[in-house]
Amino acid sequence: MEYFVQQLINGITLGSIYGLIAIGYTMVYGIIGMINFAHGDIFMVGSFLALIAFLGLVALGISSVPLALFIVLLVSMGLTALYGWTVERIAYRPLRRSFRLAPLISAIGMSIVLQNYVQVAQGARVKPLPPLIHGGYTLFEGNDFAVRLSNIQIIVVATTFVLMAGFSFLVARTRLGRNMRACEQDLRMAALVGVDVDRTISLTFVIGAALAAVAGLMFLLYYGVIDFFIGFLAGVKAFTAAVLGGIGSLPGAMLGGLLIGLIETMWSAYFSIEYKDVAAFAILIIVLIFLPTGILGRPEIEKV
Amino acid sequence: MPRDSESTTKPLNVTAALKEAAIAALVAFGLFVLMIGIRTDQGPTGALVLTTRFGALAAIVAAVFAGALLRALLWHRVTISFDRLVPASITATASSIAAYAAAAFLAFALMVPIVFYTNRYLLDLAILIVTYTMLGFGLNIVVGLAGLLDLGYVAFYAVGAYSYALIAQDFGFSFWICLPLAGILAAFAGLLLGFPVLRLRGDYLAIVTLGFGEIIRLILLNWQDLTGGPNGISGIPRPSFFGLPFNSANNGFAATFGLEFSPTHRIVFLYYLILALALLTNWVTLRLRRLPIGRAWEALREDEIACRALGINTTTTKLTAFAMGAMFGGFAGAFFATRQGFISPESFTFGESALVLAIVVLGGMGSQLGVAVAATAMLGAFELFREFEQYRMLVFGGAMVAVMIYRPRGLVSRRTPSVLLHERPARAGETHRETSR
Repeated sequence: MEYFVQQLINGITLGSIYGLIAIGYTMVYGIIGMINFAHGDIFMVGSFLALIAFLGLVALGISSVPLALFIVLLVSMGLTALYGWTVERIAYRPLRRSFRLAPLISAIGMSIVLQNYVQVAQGARVKPLPPLIHGGYTLFEGNDFAVRLSNIQIIVVATTFVLMAGFSFLVARTRLGRNMRACEQDLRMAALVGVDVDRTISLTFVIGAALAAVAGLMFLLYYGVIDFFIGFLAGVKAFTAAVLGGIGSLPGAMLGGLLIGLIETMWSAYFSIEYKDVAAFAILIIVLIFLPTGILGRPEIEKV
Repeated sequence: MPRDSESTTKPLNVTAALKEAAIAALVAFGLFVLMIGIRTDQGPTGALVLTTRFGALAAIVAAVFAGALLRALLWHRVTISFDRLVPASITATASSIAAYAAAAFLAFALMVPIVFYTNRYLLDLAILIVTYTMLGFGLNIVVGLAGLLDLGYVAFYAVGAYSYALIAQDFGFSFWICLPLAGILAAFAGLLLGFPVLRLRGDYLAIVTLGFGEIIRLILLNWQDLTGGPNGISGIPRPSFFGLPFNSANNGFAATFGLEFSPTHRIVFLYYLILALALLTNWVTLRLRRLPIGRAWEALREDEIACRALGINTTTTKLTAFAMGAMFGGFAGAFFATRQGFISPESFTFGESALVLAIVVLGGMGSQLGVAVAATAMLGAFELFREFEQYRMLVFGGAMVAVMIYRPRGLVSRRTPSVLLHERPARAGETHRETSR
């Protein structure tokens, strides 16, 4: 029982990170109907930027960890958003009217570029960071197992929920959110009624990348080690989360992220840790085949 | 600016161009300031140590500024029209040469072992190129003809290689029995993948195939008893020349034909073997394109709903495309296993799938000659720039993006449509009524 509760906590923490990445997939898919294959690598870039920014601040002599982390959060969000914007501008925007598979192939190319760019710029070896946030609470103790909730887990989950709330507000209440919803329904019609479609799509990528950067920072703090290849698996799992929750749906992305995080943790805890990625891929395939609209998604009508 | 008088574009605006370039430079600065400007490395204590590279950062930003400035100043002024730049007579000659290009390419491919007999390095490279050409041909059936984007093609390559290795080792069958078996098993893997993905649309299908490829790799990695896990399988039997082994023994290939023994014999044999397999793939593909099933594949690529409306069974059409592509991937895998003598899951990562896909995309999806030229160009370039190894994947990813933007029909070649509604005289440069895509 204690073991289960502990896995539940771990799963929710991991799921929050997946959920933050999944939002980027789900928004882009909702608006322009493409799988932004490079989004996982944007997350990886965000986590590297956070690492470098933090080390840079320490080198500059900022010793207060909370202050440093706050600056790191802003810097990595801003710069990663710039990456998101640039990728859209260079690799996707010229392909708006191209044939069906062109954006996906271009996105795969961009994913390869980002991975190898980081590998060239920062080296292929893993980057460790000693734990910055210590402490935690012991919730209750069983016979020989104490359930612990660490501070970093609290921070990850709390940040995720604050960002989710803010982002839901943005989509539901602001002008930009209205434009985004208009674009999601019908790009051409939105353009006709005066929505700046290019700008809206750009901002969607910017926001998605900024959220991925937060996920990158959380990943760095939680696991304490990153390399240039983390984006691939995290990206696939977050995409699975987006589809599982119903692609195009924001609460769905969060729900899907939590479910994938829980399934992965429980699978590793109770079945086999070697096959945990097989489980993730198998869920992806099963969901796409049997539940392509996801839990909270709308059925899609195929038009000629 | 002498061209200004005849140019109809807006007058040269240096201030606007400078502003544009400054913005581009600012964006570049933002992108690269941390990633290029600071490098993190593990120091002697294990903690990360920073080194600054502001010189490189400044150089990149300056290059972006210059590039953006040139682009803003010249882009609309110098409109390079391919048709106007090259006179019609030359394009006509070029296209008539292109008609013989395939034959010339084939003739060259056949001559390679004779010309480069003494150069072991080049022979190995040639084998590698033809292997990837064959993989490209196989994937071309799925992606180029049927329009189903397969991101896990390497799974079939792996199934073929492991089938060959296991059958040859455990049952002691010869290469010529194992090869078709490996192909059949890979085709079954194709059907296994094909069945569930039948109902999926383009990009979902791509992601499922990616997942399938990774699952196969992870199973190979973790099923220690059967596959040897990360250690792979070694000591895979080498192919023999119809029962004559390539060794210095008295019943070996060299002794039987009265030749002096040389290890190159086996390399040459392997080269012709993979060339024959690739040509077989090519021939089958070309023939299939003329059969109803091939026409159905191409129709499926253009419009699935119209396909169904016309009474084409999309289920069998997709399944045959997957199975056929997978079978040739399996053949290539069996060849890979017998050539290497050692296989491990390391050889079957997503990167390989992406490489084969890039060959098909750069070659022009659906074009056979294009795939062959793209495989030669790409792997040749990889070898040429071996000392820049870490940059080559960077360039190759960038090339995929650039091809999609500037030449979505492929860098190397344009596919000639299998069927034309109205026969018309072939003219170079005229593509707007092509029935393909």
